Amino acid sequence: MASVSIKKLGVSFGSLRVLRDLDLDVDQGEFVVLLGPSGCGKSTLLNAIAGLLDVDAGQVWIGGKNVTWEEPKDRGIGMVFQSYALYPRMTAEGNLTFGLRVARVPKDEIARRVERTSELLQIKPLLGRRPSQLSGGQRQRVAIGRALVRDVDVFLFDEPLSNLDAKLRTELRVELKKLHNQLGSTMIYVTHDQIEALTLADRIAVMHAGVIQQLATPKEIYRRPLNRFVAGFVGSPSMNFIEGKLVGSNGAPALQLGGGFEIGLTGYGFERMPGEGRPAALGVRPEQITLHPNGGGASTFAVNVSLIDPMGADSLLWGAVGTDTVSVRIGPDDEFSPGDTVTAHFLPEHASVFDAETGARL
Amino acid sequence: MAEARRRRLKVQAVIGTLPMIAVGVGVYIIGIAFTFYWSFTNSKLFPSYNFVGLEQYRRLWASDRWLIAVHNIWIFGGLLIAFNLVFGYLLAVFMDQRIRQEDLFRSIFLYPFAMSLIVTGLIWQWMLDPNLGIELTIHSLGWTSFHFSPLVDPDTAIYGLVLAGIWQGSGVTMAILLAGLRGIDAEIWKAAKVDGIPTWRAYLFIALPMIRGALATAFVLQCVGVVRVYDLIIAMTGGGPGISTSMPAVYVIEMITSSQNVGQGMAAAMMMLLPIIAVLAVGGVAMWRRNRRARAAA
Amino acid sequence: MTTGDATLTDAAAVTRWGVEPSGVKPRRFSPARLGIYGFLIISAAFFLIPLYVMVVTSLKTMPEIRLGHLFNLPQTWTFQPWIDAWLHACTGRDCFGLHPGFLNSLKITVPSVIVSIIIASINGYALSFWRYKGANIFFGLLVFGAFVPYQVVIYPLIIAAREAGLFSTLAAIIIVHTIFGMPILTLLFRNYYASVPVELFKAGRVDGAGFWQIFFRIMVPMSVPITTVAVILQVTGIWNDFLFGIVFAGRSNWPMTVQLNNIVNTTTGVREYNVNMAATILTAAVPLAVYFISGRWFVRGIAAGAVKG
Repeated sequence: MASVSIKKLGVSFGSLRVLRDLDLDVDQGEFVVLLGPSGCGKSTLLNAIAGLLDVDAGQVWIGGKNVTWEEPKDRGIGMVFQSYALYPRMTAEGNLTFGLRVARVPKDEIARRVERTSELLQIKPLLGRRPSQLSGGQRQRVAIGRALVRDVDVFLFDEPLSNLDAKLRTELRVELKKLHNQLGSTMIYVTHDQIEALTLADRIAVMHAGVIQQLATPKEIYRRPLNRFVAGFVGSPSMNFIEGKLVGSNGAPALQLGGGFEIGLTGYGFERMPGEGRPAALGVRPEQITLHPNGGGASTFAVNVSLIDPMGADSLLWGAVGTDTVSVRIGPDDEFSPGDTVTAHFLPEHASVFDAETGARL
Repeated sequence: MAEARRRRLKVQAVIGTLPMIAVGVGVYIIGIAFTFYWSFTNSKLFPSYNFVGLEQYRRLWASDRWLIAVHNIWIFGGLLIAFNLVFGYLLAVFMDQRIRQEDLFRSIFLYPFAMSLIVTGLIWQWMLDPNLGIELTIHSLGWTSFHFSPLVDPDTAIYGLVLAGIWQGSGVTMAILLAGLRGIDAEIWKAAKVDGIPTWRAYLFIALPMIRGALATAFVLQCVGVVRVYDLIIAMTGGGPGISTSMPAVYVIEMITSSQNVGQGMAAAMMMLLPIIAVLAVGGVAMWRRNRRARAAA
Repeated sequence: MTTGDATLTDAAAVTRWGVEPSGVKPRRFSPARLGIYGFLIISAAFFLIPLYVMVVTSLKTMPEIRLGHLFNLPQTWTFQPWIDAWLHACTGRDCFGLHPGFLNSLKITVPSVIVSIIIASINGYALSFWRYKGANIFFGLLVFGAFVPYQVVIYPLIIAAREAGLFSTLAAIIIVHTIFGMPILTLLFRNYYASVPVELFKAGRVDGAGFWQIFFRIMVPMSVPITTVAVILQVTGIWNDFLFGIVFAGRSNWPMTVQLNNIVNTTTGVREYNVNMAATILTAAVPLAVYFISGRWFVRGIAAGAVKG
């Protein structure tokens, strides 16, 4: 029973309210990523789950037990930190076993767990070395090992890959996913890197200003962001936003731009029908726009090309739509030049429309 | 052109640091050389140049006072440093617990260091005076069989000095060790908490090994102070009762001044220098070896 | 997680905490917290009691002191001991109290602090930016010197002072303090200047400035923090000095510490404890004042002087 449940959690530092009324349910065996920019409260939430912070309101449940006031060691969790936090004067093996020795786990049990963990993480040859003699990737593996030997069902990760270089980050990311598949444990992972989130998570909780903006699968978050923040935060290069007013609420909805030009929105699934003339923003991703007339969507708008960014496999075309800037993914063989005016096609079903005032999805 | 200018500027640098050169060479090379030389002469009040071989050293090591002084410095130094490190670390650990009036406590623990050793010596001379200090106070409270006047008895006087030294120096040790503790990454403490390591074990087995730099600094600072200790002895016991609290530093000064036996004093001074050189040599070799290893690994 | 399980564990939690855990954890006045404050308060008492005893005794009359009761507040308050200590106590042949010693300490401390800091800052500056050949050897010699006990070199210094005709003068003791302050202060300044971006120095060179100009125009204005620390260290160390004072300064220049020792330890006859204690406090007053005023700087000074690589 290794689910994690947060009920109406509130955390303040002095007079600063970091988390307010936060609810989150993580199923057993699920990999949930807390994603957001610095200061959004994701690390605070993780530390509250771990018991390293005291909460001001609400409850934390782990494995069906109310652990709101329990010490971290009694919560059945293991934790991996950004700076590895390995005890520098002990060997890797010492780091793995210190907690177990303090808890008076029998020696043969300790040996068994160390064997199993070091086998799993391929750190057997490193056991006799001190952290200073290990590379960044090796240290992080030992840090993960230290959490694994605790024989718990819930693992917390606080930006564990941020200190590593890009190549190492990709390697360890793949290994973490494999580890999750092998162990089937519940994992809660904090990061500001959306690639990590999209590749690792079963579900992502996008956080901003202490509030979970959206909790959904990576696919859902990418395709149907619930508000403008999530839409702009996830996806690289980020989603384009075109501002305007909604007109034609019955029959043929469209976005009216400043100059009077209208972008047709027929086919878009409106959750709620806004009033006529409501200011809104159309969100459409660079890869959802095509500049070729056939195979493109029914809705179109004109783009004044300003610059082309070659990015290897394909290129990014930047242009102006009225006063807004948009980027479009184009193929390597497409020939466009700055100054051209091209027609962008897209399918409204795949796009998003956000209320200009609240940012919520319409 | 530029070369000449650069040379001219470097000359300015040399001129600017003339005092350092003068002191380095003048005091520490020439000065020590003279002390070394005079230790082999029979200088009385003024330096003489009559060579007497190892006579001064022979007399030195036959002198009761000197032997007691050497014995004392080891006891005093050993006890003082050990107590200061332990007590200082305890204070640092407790101060690291997010104490509300941390600044106030720190001021209280450190102020003895701001006072002269003469002042410290006098204060504790009075505190340990059976006619005036702690013993008298406890007696007047009714407990008349209480004894706490180590300075009266030649066998225990040295412990009175240690007490004064602890009072004076443990605050500084605490400050240095606390600075070391504060330098430990916060995530280490978090990891220990998640691992279920009790706080006292974390301070003993995780934090303490991590602050070796601060420990070394505190230790060295103490050592240097112990070898030099002169003012404290003069103020507190004057070397007594009798000669029971003689110390090498006091012996040297006494030989040079009141005993008018410079030759003896110089011999004693050279003996004081020997352990310093030995320790520095060992430390230097250790550091050289570590550098060699680091360079080989790079 | 079924509701059945939830109520089961809620009950367990209730029995342990008395209430279902939610929100702010109850602040148990744990014995551990009590023990921490207890230890610190007892330690603080250990450090403060001697000072308290001194102050209180210095305000009592001699008959009252002879009764014992070291910790009682004075029954009859008197400031006479303080006046006696300052003006009338006998320091050997003269009986003018401590105030000549106070003036002497000032005459010794102020110039010594200034000279030693100026020289050490130039040293630190030269070692950081102008590493000429052999500079590090001389610096190494200085650092070695920091470990050498004063008694090893004191006699050669005495002879040198005598030969120079400076023995028992103010100049002698100022020079001596400069000499023995040099190692630590130079280290302090050198470490400080090492953290100054070398670009500032290079910019000065490009502008055509020389050794002294860069020092006075660029480095000195930037050195306020470290100079403050150095001043605090030196004022405390020099004012509290005894050995050099008694050896090099000469009878007419004896600092307060020497006078104090004379008043207390060398007078025959009746010991006037209250006067002695007042005298002791007066002698400790200046460094204590510096300490309390400078507060955090003092700690920073120790940490800075202690961080020697």
